[in-house]
Amino acid sequence: MSGLALRDVVLRLDGRALFAPLSLEVAPGGVVTLMGPSGCGKSSLLAWLCGTLDPALAGQGSACLDGMDLDGLPPERRRLGILFQDDLLFPHLSVGGNLGFGLRPGLPRAERRARIEAALVEAEMPGFAARDPASLSGGQRARVALMRVLLAEPRALLLDEPFSRLDAALRGRFRRFVLDHAAALRLPVLLVTHDPADAEAAGGPVLHLASLATP
Amino acid sequence: MRLPACLPVLLLVAAVLLPVLAGLAGTLLPAFGHLPALGAVGWSLDPWRRLLDEPGLAAALRLTLVSGFGATALALLSVALFCAAFHDRPLFRRAQLWLAPLLATPHLAMGVGFLALAAPSGLLVRLLAPLLGLDRPPDLATVNDPWGLALLLGLALKEAPWLLLVSLAALNQIPAARLMATARLLGQPAPVAWLKVVFPLVYRQIRLPLHAVLAYSLGTVEMALLLGPGSPPPLAVLPVRWFLDRDLGMTFPAAAAATLLLVLTLAAILLWEGAAALAGRAGRRWAASGVAAGARLVRLGGWLLPLLLLLALGSLGAVLLWSVAGPWRFPDLWPRRLDFATWAAHREGLLALAEATLRVALPATALALALSVAALEAVARHGRAAWPWLLGLSYLPLLLPQTAFLLGLQVLLLQLGLDGGLPAVLWAHLVFVLPYVLLVLAAPWEALDPRLARSAAALGAGPLRMLCMVKLPVLLRPLLAAAAVGVAVSVGQYLATLFAGGGRYATLTTEALALASGGDRRVLGVFAALQAGIPLACYALALLLPRWLWRRRAGLRAA
Repeated sequence: MSGLALRDVVLRLDGRALFAPLSLEVAPGGVVTLMGPSGCGKSSLLAWLCGTLDPALAGQGSACLDGMDLDGLPPERRRLGILFQDDLLFPHLSVGGNLGFGLRPGLPRAERRARIEAALVEAEMPGFAARDPASLSGGQRARVALMRVLLAEPRALLLDEPFSRLDAALRGRFRRFVLDHAAALRLPVLLVTHDPADAEAAGGPVLHLASLATP
Repeated sequence: MRLPACLPVLLLVAAVLLPVLAGLAGTLLPAFGHLPALGAVGWSLDPWRRLLDEPGLAAALRLTLVSGFGATALALLSVALFCAAFHDRPLFRRAQLWLAPLLATPHLAMGVGFLALAAPSGLLVRLLAPLLGLDRPPDLATVNDPWGLALLLGLALKEAPWLLLVSLAALNQIPAARLMATARLLGQPAPVAWLKVVFPLVYRQIRLPLHAVLAYSLGTVEMALLLGPGSPPPLAVLPVRWFLDRDLGMTFPAAAAATLLLVLTLAAILLWEGAAALAGRAGRRWAASGVAAGARLVRLGGWLLPLLLLLALGSLGAVLLWSVAGPWRFPDLWPRRLDFATWAAHREGLLALAEATLRVALPATALALALSVAALEAVARHGRAAWPWLLGLSYLPLLLPQTAFLLGLQVLLLQLGLDGGLPAVLWAHLVFVLPYVLLVLAAPWEALDPRLARSAAALGAGPLRMLCMVKLPVLLRPLLAAAAVGVAVSVGQYLATLFAGGGRYATLTTEALALASGGDRRVLGVFAALQAGIPLACYALALLLPRWLWRRRAGLRAA
């Protein structure tokens, strides 16, 4: 089956479950929003999906992407794209270098350059390839971060509160930008947030992750 | 009259720079023939002609460059590959525990231990002896080799743990985990991702320590005497040898050789940075190319550092073993019996030397701590933008070859009749102790939450009470660590003791090196063991004392 599917996923800290067992499915082009108080393990759930869970936590349950079991795969082979609160652009690489980072190796040089430039046009930043990421505005950095993820050709998109750092005017526009691109590429999207406006804009089902850890 | 607020900063910088600048002048002038005390007035290129006539000069230069660049590159490469390969493994955290004893051990003791491992009659050869059918030490220059490879490796043993320590500190300043998650999800395997996105950021932060490693490796005298070849010796040894010559006229070529070493070191740092810039450009192209191959090679290379650390720990063990070894014939792997006979036989001398060593190390460390605390406190209270930069000038002695200014300092002290006394030795040690103490203290001091001081002030605490009752106790751990580092640096000083002491102030270090040529490895082992033992005890104290004092204060224990 295609899309992203989680079955009976539980994260434990020192043996204690952070939330009740979670199951969900996201179809290609669909969005599922996960909401919950801070500290309930939303971000850790995404880290578990990515294979980068903090060693202090233990995860169980299964996750499938397009029918492929993610368990035991190293992060670099999971074909997942993720956006964090911070854009995490690599400060020592140019904008073009950042975009090229995740591009499939082995493409001819002209093809690589064309794809990077096309992504920049898409981000309304043509000709920005040689720029230092530090010289960009917050909105530009956020768009480059998304383009970098999409150029790596992921099969699902994970969003870890990527809109919360942006100011109000920018937030709505960037949210639309991300969701439109994900829909156009028919990517399943799992969105983690505590902003109800995000959930509303995403339009899909909303799950509330009840925290078991707090008394 | 009110003292100016910047006085502590100026005092610290002056304490370091005065002897350095005076010493540089005292080296440069005789290098160009000017030394009125010996009746030489005016300019002359004779010292340089004498230097260029030295038959082994080209070989000495080559030796210095090979061992200096080689040791620095090997240490950096091993640390980078180790971090890349093991940053996500439990082994990585354990490596930090191994570091403390290696960092505390002075260069000389480590060198003596390496000698005990790698010499033709050393432990490593004894291990291989049954395989090779040896019943006497092979006639091979496994150390003191004419290529300087033993010197290179001996230096790398000591420099790699230090570079690992500063890299780990740099890693704490970088959002390494999230950068790694990002890079891996973009398709890069962990070891490759670390080299592509984390290493460039670490490198920026460890530049100064790296330059210090390069300068030390090019300019070291004690390690060159111990592990390098004798004829010709590495360049750094030439001025010392000539200066200790009875012939005062040799001061001139000695000064010229020290000047050459100075120019060579500054050029080497520039060359290193040039090469690093080129490597960085190639690395960025590699990172942007998306190529993900090479993970297996990096994982393999990651074992280079554990190998070096094992060799370093083995060296430390070899020193201890030799110091308690009874009779020990060549191919035997273990001495026939262990006893403290050598320790007992040298008891008087060891005690006197330990006392002489501590008589310099303790006041030098106390002075360095006081000056650093005063200066950092002045910066915290009235800091202007230029002050941290001013403080940075005190790192200068770490970037210069020691001979370049210690030689001139000795010439000056001699003229003033001050050489050989405790004050001169103390100040010369302070020049090296201060920068390290400041280096250890500066980051924790700046990282201290300013609201702590503000709330203390709001509760009515004056500046002195705030310092004594709030800041110093909270910063006890870095203060003790800085003290331990200060003692270790002072105990390890060879050239500063030799030159400022006019060859008459004996410490464990100068005696150990004097014994090194003699050949009784048991005696050498005892001296080196005690030389390592003093800083080791200080490190242990600095580690354990805060744990005990703060056993009921979890918030201070964790830091």
